[in-house]
Amino acid sequence: MTGSILFLLIIVLGGIAWFFGRVKATRFSATNPKRGTVHSLPNYHGWYVALWAIGPALLFLVIWNIASPALITDAALASPAAEQLPQGQFARGAILAEARSIASGEQVRAFNPLSQSMVEPYKAAISYYQMIGMVAALLLVFACGVFAWLRIKPELRARTKIERVTMMTLLLASLIATITTVGIFASLIFESARFFSMVSPIDFLFGMEWNPKAVAGPRGETGFGAIPLFWGTVFIGAIIAMIVAIPLGLMSAIYLTQYAPPNFRAWMKPILEVLAGVPTVVYGYFAALTVAPALRDFAVSIGISGASSESALAAGVVMGIMIIPFVSSMADDSIAAVPSAMRDGSLAMGATKSETIKKVLIPAALPGVVGGVLLAVSRAIGETMIVVMAAGLAANMTANPFSSVTTVTTQIVQLLTGDQEFDSPKTLAAFALGLVLFIVTLLLNLIALRVVKKYREAYE
Amino acid sequence: MTELVDSTNSSESYTMTESAVPNISAGDGPLKMTTRNVDVFYGDKQAINGVSIDVTMDNVTAFIGPSGCGKSTFLRCLNRMNDTIPIAKVTGEITLEGEDIYAAKMDVVQLRARVGMVFQKPNPFPKSIYDNIAYGPRIHGLATSKDELDNIVETSLQRAGLWREVQDRLQDSGTALSGGQQQRLCIARAIAVDPEVILMDEPCSALDPIATAKIEELIHELRGKYAIVIVTHNMQQAARVSQRTAFFHLGTLVEYGVTSDIFTNPTQEKTRDYITGRYG
Repeated sequence: MTGSILFLLIIVLGGIAWFFGRVKATRFSATNPKRGTVHSLPNYHGWYVALWAIGPALLFLVIWNIASPALITDAALASPAAEQLPQGQFARGAILAEARSIASGEQVRAFNPLSQSMVEPYKAAISYYQMIGMVAALLLVFACGVFAWLRIKPELRARTKIERVTMMTLLLASLIATITTVGIFASLIFESARFFSMVSPIDFLFGMEWNPKAVAGPRGETGFGAIPLFWGTVFIGAIIAMIVAIPLGLMSAIYLTQYAPPNFRAWMKPILEVLAGVPTVVYGYFAALTVAPALRDFAVSIGISGASSESALAAGVVMGIMIIPFVSSMADDSIAAVPSAMRDGSLAMGATKSETIKKVLIPAALPGVVGGVLLAVSRAIGETMIVVMAAGLAANMTANPFSSVTTVTTQIVQLLTGDQEFDSPKTLAAFALGLVLFIVTLLLNLIALRVVKKYREAYE
Repeated sequence: MTELVDSTNSSESYTMTESAVPNISAGDGPLKMTTRNVDVFYGDKQAINGVSIDVTMDNVTAFIGPSGCGKSTFLRCLNRMNDTIPIAKVTGEITLEGEDIYAAKMDVVQLRARVGMVFQKPNPFPKSIYDNIAYGPRIHGLATSKDELDNIVETSLQRAGLWREVQDRLQDSGTALSGGQQQRLCIARAIAVDPEVILMDEPCSALDPIATAKIEELIHELRGKYAIVIVTHNMQQAARVSQRTAFFHLGTLVEYGVTSDIFTNPTQEKTRDYITGRYG
């Protein structure tokens, strides 16, 4: 019997438990029709029994699945066939892994004859432990189900208990998201620490040369100066993209909130927001195949030397277009949040609409707009697909928008694609870059959220 | 509403007719604004129904009436602030110094510089006190030098009775002032562009009694310098600050006349019921 059938069986048993719990509760509800004598509705009693039947058994199965492989391996090693195994940790591990995958049916034939001899002990151990797990799980279902069923009384606070279980389930769901973030952060820190034990953080953060292939050897690593990457990232994501996105986003937000007739706004705003939903890979090939060649030809025609077909400008402009909806919807929200009394006050002074926007609405909405721009910057510098496709790989320190630059995200992709050893500084550098990126975007987000929140409070 | 009294030669017609058509004349003093047969529609709903009224220079005119009677809506017609509401439509004739303010050639921006407005809730801009007052003069180019602008700011604040309280902190934010001070700042701001008429839309409804008393005192002092129209839901306030009172009910003008007459000897039963507190 496989795990999924066992799982389904437990669920079905839970359904039966629900039914029995409900029946028992219905019986005493019928005999105690007066309000208050029976604490909870029969449904709650049903769920109470069902949860008792399912919960502990599933919890046990999870723990068993984590614990049993080690037990199985121990049992297999205890068999007589294990005596011929080589002593080397690595070779031994490979054989055992092969034997295990044959035994569980994932692999058909062994490459190593020694593995073949281990298959039988493995099969025996697996079925032995599976049987133990299954029996124990089913016993738990019955034991806990009966225990809960016996506890059903008119005064049992099943409703309160179900409420608590609901709360715990929701808590668990939110914890999973949070813990994952913490886990990612921890793994970044851990791997980065390994990198920084090989390459000095000062060389990494302030070095001017990025060329991770030129590794000299342990403890003498060069070519890990990340400044050109940081510059490329800032140049594309925070300078060129923002030069495109801020004016266009802000002006479209002003038009949509202040001038557009309601029906025009009603279909214009969703279209603008669709820009945010276009997959970034689509922007990427738009940048690489359409914008970049056009910009290169333009640069060549006006006589700019060193124009590359993978230019910072192409990636930055397309990224800016991608960011427009972020800027415009944040600006839209913060302009709309300025009390209309401000606008009326200015109009009643005899100011025109554009004077009112320029002198009252924009200054009042500025913190919100700044917050939106910061969020957009943090989105832009973490953006990968567009720059991988359009920005190029050469780590140049240049302010010429027509030449090729590279970004942190592009380099992370470069370092981690293909076969890599996970203990070379070249690969670990990706984690260090990721950590820097993570910290920078985190700070930008924190500042942006704080700015937006402070501003919101000012008007409420 | 065709038998209207001609406003220009009706200066002493306070003898109330018994007809449903209320007297529209303000009586003495030079005429500032007139309205004839003004209807206001919000979409299909009619909010104001054929209101004709005169506003004079020397009197403070109060609009009273129960909530939703259209008094604020009507007030906002006088400087075309209803233009900011897309579905609002105003018909009839409203003149300022004989000029039709809804005429196509009328520049709304200039009109609002001549007819200032103070709102229900104090709405200083989130700028310094100085910049709040200087806002209007700057956009209209009323001052050619910094000294001149300083002068306008000082005069406006003095007229609004706020100068002594804020002269040492003109660079502080206008929103940091107390509610009553903010409202006087808004009055000073309106005065700074040197308007002819000041419209006040329930200017004291968000203020405590002491701040209210100060604003009322200020209205007394400003009387004669500007034509003042004040909307209030507070009948005692209308009685204290105004010389002319118009009573609105369900979008129509029920009665208009000398404030003391309206409060002591109203001609219309509706007015009497309202001021004696039978409804409202």
